[in-house]
Amino acid sequence: MEKRELTCIGCPMGCQITVELEGTEILSVKGNTCAIGDKYARNEVIHPERTVTSTVVVDGGDKPRCSVKTAGNIPKDKIAECMKAIDAVRVNAPVKIGDVIIENVLGTGVNVVATRNIHTAA
Amino acid sequence: MISYDIVIIGGGPAGLAAAVSARKAGIEKILILERDKELGGILNQCIHNGFGLHTFKEELTGPEYAYRFIEQVLEEKIEYKLNTMVMDISPERVVTAMSREDGMYQIQAGAVILAMGCRERPRGALNIPGYRPAGIFSAGTAQRLVNMEGYMPGREVVILGSGDIGLIMARRMTLEGAKVKVVAELLPYSGGLKRNIVQCLNDFNIPLKLSHTVVDIEGKEHVTAVTIAAVDEHNKPIPGTEERYTCDTLLLSCGLIPENELSNKAGIKMNPVTSGPIVNESLETNIPGVFACGNVLHVHDLVDYVSEEAAKAGSNAAKFVQNGGKDEAAGHIVEVKATEGARYTVPCTIDVNKMEDLLTVRFRVGAVFKESYVSVYFDDERVMHNKKRILAPGEMEQVILQKKKLLEKPDLKTITVKIEAE
Repeated sequence: MEKRELTCIGCPMGCQITVELEGTEILSVKGNTCAIGDKYARNEVIHPERTVTSTVVVDGGDKPRCSVKTAGNIPKDKIAECMKAIDAVRVNAPVKIGDVIIENVLGTGVNVVATRNIHTAA
Repeated sequence: MISYDIVIIGGGPAGLAAAVSARKAGIEKILILERDKELGGILNQCIHNGFGLHTFKEELTGPEYAYRFIEQVLEEKIEYKLNTMVMDISPERVVTAMSREDGMYQIQAGAVILAMGCRERPRGALNIPGYRPAGIFSAGTAQRLVNMEGYMPGREVVILGSGDIGLIMARRMTLEGAKVKVVAELLPYSGGLKRNIVQCLNDFNIPLKLSHTVVDIEGKEHVTAVTIAAVDEHNKPIPGTEERYTCDTLLLSCGLIPENELSNKAGIKMNPVTSGPIVNESLETNIPGVFACGNVLHVHDLVDYVSEEAAKAGSNAAKFVQNGGKDEAAGHIVEVKATEGARYTVPCTIDVNKMEDLLTVRFRVGAVFKESYVSVYFDDERVMHNKKRILAPGEMEQVILQKKKLLEKPDLKTITVKIEAE
């Protein structure tokens, strides 16, 4: 049996979670204080995921950059590739919060979306 | 002189939430004064996610969180002035402000809400030996450059201090192609949130060296190398433990200091522990009608608590204005003290008659405590004894006091918050 110690990232509480597993079969999850922690721990030991945040270049906007995020989590081992995909994008102003910047990034089923408004340059 | 019912100094998370709350309490003439060219404050450069879980029950990025409040300010048609620097606040609540557009002007405020936020501790306040070349940035400055301006400060990075901004920037610089070689922390523990240590350092195999500090910076024009060393229990570098890292950038994430030049000048009494104003249960300073909230009052760990606190300051300021520009008559005043592990409390005094049914007292601990109790004493009687798995200086703690419990004790003089082993 393998024992894994994790720090939950589901919220700023940062619960210390202990997962006991046999191969890919989870035997127990302890130390979490809510359902998010249980779900996080089970995911984290089998297929870890992260939200990626970055910026893209804006043309014709009142600001040079627009902040973006993956609208959901993507596999942790795809972070570097996701950054490359985001880096390759230029967008035109105006941009609104929630606008899709990259659809279905790397085939993950997750969109990269804008997280701020950019107005057209005056 | 122009006049407003409430003037709010600062258009960041605290100022925005205070404004919205004051409007909801029925105040018409509200003015927000903001130094930057847009509302939202520091949240605009905090493009990472993790904001708003308490307030909105979802995980937002900084700009998204800010926009939730900016939207409300716009909907409520609350007035704001950008690119405006406040120069002075008088005890009579005359606010002197200045901007390119309007020049210098004065505003008579019915009530003032201080929401100026905080600043990063700079190199000059850290006593780091070595040269003074280019390439040394506070973590927040680097964050603004990378996330808003689109510039990379450097390619090979050493970070001193493991505050949240430093941790976040370790990941951000790594994702943008830089090599973060090490994060050195003077203290034996990190002041940053656990989740940031996991996601920003462990995920990228960036070493965190606790009880280490920078002992030398090399480079005449630009940083070329940084040497760190282990420190003893008195924070003195231990000879022989030096490690030299070649790099072009040193980021500093060594604490935040509330920005209270205006408050000091106005004669507001300060708490030397928080470097913020001393406030009562209404978040009112010693100057009647001047309230404080957010990081200018005490540095918060989560913006959600800033918004919550600021909303209280907003509604209390509204009450002051609606009461004809004066406080209600004082009632039974109780002192709130922090001892034995607890470093400070906000507020410092409570007027039992004026407090709400439930009053949140926020505080921070001075060291890491495991399996300990947060205790509250009414004079010598222990009335609260809550077990905590972990208490850490990086995280704000709170206890909630019930008005009815205080009303039961007409002779109560002091409420004490402390950390107990059992």
